[in-house]
Amino acid sequence: MTRKLKLILPTGASAVRELRAGDTLLLSGSILTARDRAHQWLAEEKPENMHALLSGGALYHCGPIMLRQDNRWICKAAGPTSSLRQEAFMATIICEYGIRCIIGKGGMGEASAEALRQYGAVYCSAVGGAAVLYANAVESVEKVFRLEDFGMPEALWLMHIRDFPVMVSMDAQGNSLYRDVEAQSRRQYRGISKP
Amino acid sequence: MNQTISIADIEKAALELIIRCSCELPPDVLGALQNAGAREIPDSPAAMQLEAILHNAGLAMRQQQPLCQDTGVPHFYIEHPQQLSVLEIQHALEKSVAKATKRGFLRPNAVDPLTEKNSGDNLGRAFPQFNFEEHDHPFLRIRCLLKGGGSENVSAQYSLPDADLHAGRDFSGVAACVSDTVFRAQGKGCAPGIIGIGIGGDRVSGMKAAKEQLFRNLEDTNPDSQLMALEEELYKKLNQLGIGPMGLGGKTTVLGVKAVALHRLPACYFVSIAYMCWACRRAEIRIGNPE
Repeated sequence: MTRKLKLILPTGASAVRELRAGDTLLLSGSILTARDRAHQWLAEEKPENMHALLSGGALYHCGPIMLRQDNRWICKAAGPTSSLRQEAFMATIICEYGIRCIIGKGGMGEASAEALRQYGAVYCSAVGGAAVLYANAVESVEKVFRLEDFGMPEALWLMHIRDFPVMVSMDAQGNSLYRDVEAQSRRQYRGISKP
Repeated sequence: MNQTISIADIEKAALELIIRCSCELPPDVLGALQNAGAREIPDSPAAMQLEAILHNAGLAMRQQQPLCQDTGVPHFYIEHPQQLSVLEIQHALEKSVAKATKRGFLRPNAVDPLTEKNSGDNLGRAFPQFNFEEHDHPFLRIRCLLKGGGSENVSAQYSLPDADLHAGRDFSGVAACVSDTVFRAQGKGCAPGIIGIGIGGDRVSGMKAAKEQLFRNLEDTNPDSQLMALEEELYKKLNQLGIGPMGLGGKTTVLGVKAVALHRLPACYFVSIAYMCWACRRAEIRIGNPE
């Protein structure tokens, strides 16, 4: 039976260690979007002003569509992007900034799973492509970093969200729904690919 | 210039086409997702993913917002009467693309690898993509496909024979390639996917034909009996993989399989696989006299 829970960000390690793969969450608080170039920047340059902002917080693998209207940013579409591309940087970033929640799609690898377990964090899956559903959960766009040089999809957008629906798919105990599904599909794959 | 179709008409119609393509799922795709939702176990991760997908489709249409933020490389397939200038149509479409981007219906996606700069308006080298064909009708037909990067990343091409897959130069070899692609993709291409397959051709024509299969209605049947059998067999087998919506398990891994065969070189047997996410955004518009 999946539990339906609410989680306020930022949060602490003990709270996220209670969560289990399969739980559904409604997230509220601040999240920062980050994708390929942002991860490299966060992992390699370790910009000072990002520590306070990310400590206990959430990183969202997302390249949104933002529209500038009446002197403020409006989020028009904000579904997740594939997380696995960030595998090389994820453990470093979780450790460096004390991130408690990664949101994305498709799951992550064993190095990230180990970092979630070691430092106390969870990976949550958002539904790929469901961009308006998530944009509607964005209350406001607070700030943007590196917009000029990274461009809209790759910039880091700080957003305030309310009741943003996700599912815990990799927990701090080492469980991963993706690992289970892949192992099961591998057995099926071997079955159907026999000549 | 064609007397009944002006460039201003094309620009205006193309903008409407892009907006509809970005905000509305085609009825056959929506129907396939609804059927999939009914098949999954209630309250399972698969059922919840499909419920969110369908809910989102409704929101996007009502709010007229892009149903997915990754609007990909816009692909245009244009069939035009003899009198229209290809260059002028292309310029009109480029203007519509830039306008749709400015208005938040397309995400600026064109990044120059030389400078790593995003052009900001979806215009760049081979961006958007155009395919022109002259036809024998008085009207202009424009089809648009928006295919995101996640599904593009998991698309693949094989050269048979492939020893690792034990895939020979026959349809069972083709099936092995498709199973391999879908298995490797897991949820990363935004399953449940739609699989376009190009058998034969060369590396370019095979993939182009595979991508063009994504325009086919999910409910159609292949006029070629061999390809129809292949499509049906693969649809059944791939849905036994258990990968499910977004790779979180379930009965629905693909919504459709569509294959085409092109003449090949004696030395080559390519299998090109265009993986499309569930958000299969395609739309069509006709401008001018319907005849």
